Amino acid sequence: MTPFHLEVRNVRKSFGRKVLFDAVSFDVRLGESFAVTGKNGSGKSTLMKIICGVLTPNGGSVRYVVNDKEIPLSHVAPHIGLVSPYLNMYEEFTGEENLRLFAKIRGIGVRQDDIHGLLQRFGIFEHRNKEARFYSSGMKQRLKYCAALLHRPALLFLDEPTANLDDIGIAVVREVMREQRQRAALVFATNESEDLSFADRVLDLSRLKIG
Amino acid sequence: MVTPIPYQVFVKEVASEFRTRYALNALLMFVVTTLTMVVFSLGDNTVPYEILSGMLWIVIFFSAMSGLSRTFVTEEERGTSLTLRLLTSATNVYIGKFLYNVVLILAMSVFIAFAYRLIIDDFVVRSSSIFWTTIVLGGIGLAAASTILAAIIAKANTKGTLFPVLAFPVLLPLLLTCIRATVLSVEGAFFSEAFKDFQILVSFSVVMIAASVMVFEYVWND
Amino acid sequence: MKTALKSLLVLWLTAVIIAGIAVPMVKSPSGPLEFPVIPGLEEKARNIFFHVPMAWTSVLAFFMALYSGVRYLRSKDQDHDLRSVSAAGLGMMFCILATVTGSVWAKFNWGSFWNWDPRETSIFILLLIYGAYFVLRSAVEDEEKRATLSAVYSIIAGVTVPFFVFVMPRIMSGLHPGSLGDEQGSGPVVQMNMAPNMLVLFFASLAGFTLLYLWMLSLRVRTARLEAVTNTIE
Repeated sequence: MTPFHLEVRNVRKSFGRKVLFDAVSFDVRLGESFAVTGKNGSGKSTLMKIICGVLTPNGGSVRYVVNDKEIPLSHVAPHIGLVSPYLNMYEEFTGEENLRLFAKIRGIGVRQDDIHGLLQRFGIFEHRNKEARFYSSGMKQRLKYCAALLHRPALLFLDEPTANLDDIGIAVVREVMREQRQRAALVFATNESEDLSFADRVLDLSRLKIG
Repeated sequence: MVTPIPYQVFVKEVASEFRTRYALNALLMFVVTTLTMVVFSLGDNTVPYEILSGMLWIVIFFSAMSGLSRTFVTEEERGTSLTLRLLTSATNVYIGKFLYNVVLILAMSVFIAFAYRLIIDDFVVRSSSIFWTTIVLGGIGLAAASTILAAIIAKANTKGTLFPVLAFPVLLPLLLTCIRATVLSVEGAFFSEAFKDFQILVSFSVVMIAASVMVFEYVWND
Repeated sequence: MKTALKSLLVLWLTAVIIAGIAVPMVKSPSGPLEFPVIPGLEEKARNIFFHVPMAWTSVLAFFMALYSGVRYLRSKDQDHDLRSVSAAGLGMMFCILATVTGSVWAKFNWGSFWNWDPRETSIFILLLIYGAYFVLRSAVEDEEKRATLSAVYSIIAGVTVPFFVFVMPRIMSGLHPGSLGDEQGSGPVVQMNMAPNMLVLFFASLAGFTLLYLWMLSLRVRTARLEAVTNTIE
């Protein structure tokens, strides 16, 4: 697995006059798992968006270094996968079509077997030809996982990893988290204390401490 | 096996349109309604060809206003803009959506132009080469300006009415030039006489695309 | 010191305005205090001392707003956006004045208030751009988004300015001095065809209006900054 380093330094985000968080700093490297926790509204999802490079912070920096070369945030897409309540699928396309589409736009070749394998792993194989607007929220969450893992990202971001999932789904996700932590790197945001055991380090946004 | 990413974005737009048929239906009805209104208001009167040329571009402009913002507004409304942002770079997205808008506006303008010439007897074009060149170059220019502006209004609150307000002053030089060239085509001028106008149209598109590529990222990301 | 400069500016502009209106125009001027009569224009030529500087200032203001917009995009510092809005507000005001003075002149010279001549159209387009700029701002609630989107719009509108200022009047013939149909060429301003004393007054007016604009801009920016600070305290 390619060595890489995600460096977050002094990140600050404010909305108007209200400062959501300030001086957030941490590092994530290959083989590590980092968790962000905090009460609702403390900015977990916002921080996730910032470190994915889709939201600009008001201060501080987010740097990705892969194979000793720094990658600008605009080109970080191939290396990261995100599962988030803010991420939506294209409702007019079927589950399988969504995944194919993502592969094509990412510019990677993906075989039918790989796609089917992912769909099966997350238990939505039999729904693959249904349009996403007919999916339940649990099915959509599973589809999001397929989309996030399609390109085997070095860094996997999970915002509320177990949301909308039943026990089977949760078990699969935990397996994924275990694998990702071994194989690459994982950053996740959650309030579930059970999930926190997967983390090497935890950042509590409500109290802004790393422990 | 992997074709260029902007093309894939373009394909996605087309496929999405085929699935939902949202824009095509509305646009078709819009064009038909507008053309009908024009024909009825002309009635039996003989209207100077300069006015007819102007009206043609009014119809094309408002059709553009109806259809060219869809590509960005739907991403925002359906919450897929974040998804797309995470798949590829902003520039790829811009090019793909621009290409889609070009195809859309060309299809619309060609249809409008054909219908216009067919239905309105007074509108007789003597130089078809100038006429169709204007339609094509004008359409590309319309798409060039409309794409970046659509990206802007998609992020604002009152998208629908905002689009023509922002677009009109930016597109006015383009539209006036198109009208002038269309007038030349009716008069049957030599192709070379329209060169100056074509130069304006081409440079407008080039400048607009270049500027859009540079600023698009700021609009697309939050 | 600053007050002295400002008083000087006020006096300067007053002198310019009075001179522009009152200096007599005679067929054969005998000295610097008399302007020659331009055939066809006569007294209406006085417009050049006011209309052109106002139009110039409104264009200057637009480009300053654009420049501040670009700086905002690079730094995300809200102060740059503040400067953008302040410049745009003044620019809009000068643009309205330029359109009105141009329109009044058109009435006296060509018989109607509006003719869709290329230069008239240009100032009107600039007015529409200013209008669109402010409508866009009012449609976005989030401060940062508002600043970003209006900066980008000013850039996009800015790249069309060369088109309607330079390209179109050259190609389309029009009534405005300086268009293709004008026998006197590109007009009194560009060709420096005016009598020397008129030129002096013209540049004096240009300088005066520009300085007035800059002064008003600094006032607006300072007020806006203070407002921003008081909003934080509340």
